Amino acid sequence: MKYIGLLIVAVCGGILLSATSDFPDWGYSQSPASTYLSNHYIEKSIEETGVPNLVTSVLADYRSFDTMFETAVIFCAGLVCFLLLRNYNRQKKFFYRHISTGVVLCFKDNCKNLPASKKFEQMDADWIPHDLIIMTVCRILIPFIQIYALYVVAHGDFSPGGGFQGGVIFGSSFILLAISYNLQTAMKKIKEKILGLLSALGVLIYVGIGIICMFLGGNFLDYSQLAKILPVDPIHVRALGMLGVEIGVGIAVMAVMVVIYVNIASEGRHDEGL
Amino acid sequence: MPWQIDLIVLIFVILCAITAISVKDLLSTAILFGAYSFMMCLLWAIMGAVDVAFTEASVGAGVSTVFFVAAVFNTTRRTKD
Amino acid sequence: MTDFFIGIMTKYNYWLYIILMMIGLYAMIVKNNLIKKIVGMNIFQTAIILFYISIGYKTNATIPIIKNAHGDHGTGAHKLIIHAADYINPLPHVLMLTAIVVSVATFGVALALSVKIYQRYQTLEEDEIRMRLREK
Repeated sequence: MKYIGLLIVAVCGGILLSATSDFPDWGYSQSPASTYLSNHYIEKSIEETGVPNLVTSVLADYRSFDTMFETAVIFCAGLVCFLLLRNYNRQKKFFYRHISTGVVLCFKDNCKNLPASKKFEQMDADWIPHDLIIMTVCRILIPFIQIYALYVVAHGDFSPGGGFQGGVIFGSSFILLAISYNLQTAMKKIKEKILGLLSALGVLIYVGIGIICMFLGGNFLDYSQLAKILPVDPIHVRALGMLGVEIGVGIAVMAVMVVIYVNIASEGRHDEGL
Repeated sequence: MPWQIDLIVLIFVILCAITAISVKDLLSTAILFGAYSFMMCLLWAIMGAVDVAFTEASVGAGVSTVFFVAAVFNTTRRTKD
Repeated sequence: MTDFFIGIMTKYNYWLYIILMMIGLYAMIVKNNLIKKIVGMNIFQTAIILFYISIGYKTNATIPIIKNAHGDHGTGAHKLIIHAADYINPLPHVLMLTAIVVSVATFGVALALSVKIYQRYQTLEEDEIRMRLREK
């Protein structure tokens, strides 16, 4: 198997390497990929949309139909992770720890899941003492990460950033909470049902903005039609439409990242994580 | 852009890729794969693709490493090759 | 001979991308462990993304964010003239930006599948899984 694989790789690599002689030189500004349409994007984007970041304007305006279905793909990936791994069977044992003395109680079988109180806290099977430094640092850091994520989404028109990056950063703040405390704490902050709703809501915001444009008399996702209901001039309204779309993408990506992490980390039981 | 930096980072990327697929411990693979993604992000930043580099830094080097570690935690570190 | 060296100097990036892509393909074909195969798939993906990004690169051009887009404040009337050769081609960036996020989503799905396989067969090695399947 090893030699067959090497042979296939060598043949494929040889064919591709021989094809490199036909490629344009590296960094050549008149190469076929950099003529035709992309010059229009570079030269006319600021006139037509008023957004300095060309990547955002192409992503969310000129090619927004593409991005809509990419968001739908991400939503489907979250759905698949949920359907594959989610396991509603309750675990057999529950561990409770008396906080002041450290005595551990174990409830077996179909005993009802007791709520954690001031005296007892529920804990994982392989419990290690809470590290004060990690918990404090993460508690201080998480709000800043979230603010930064919102900045990245809102400022995507003018600087690198946008819905995808901001959504991932916002989702990673919840993942950080789940790692530094435990999974139950994170799931108390953001419930599973809310995550599912948010991931659908993100896609819905995107499609909804497109449909509003249709009802106002334009094409699907033609943001300039939004000027009829918003008190802004028709060029800057396209930047606003892009912002709305980016917010939808951000919400969907955030929810899907948390869903995938939670389901993989706890094998779908949502009780114990990393 | 000086081509020397580009060449050095590309060689690092290839070294990371080779070690990531040849090391015999999946947790090491996870970390090496994170390093690979970060080198890749550096390469894109050198080429001027700032948005792509930003995405790769947050997605490839950040979240996918966490997914990887979570999956290895729930399966096994053992691998034969 | 000098033509050959000039050819290498201008094309060495493409050669290294192809080597990277072939590393990914080799891992996908030969490696026995499922997670190693997933890593190979990701290396293959990033090599293709790298190739696309390098297509859009222009020497002596800056990042695709337009400078002084809304004019110098205070000078009033201002007509912005933009030359396409001054900015890197944004189109490959857009295509690949979404590809990266979709690749992490597919990576998550692949890991979920391998976790599920491990729950059922207690192994991630391909030959052992095939052996368990044959026993049944």
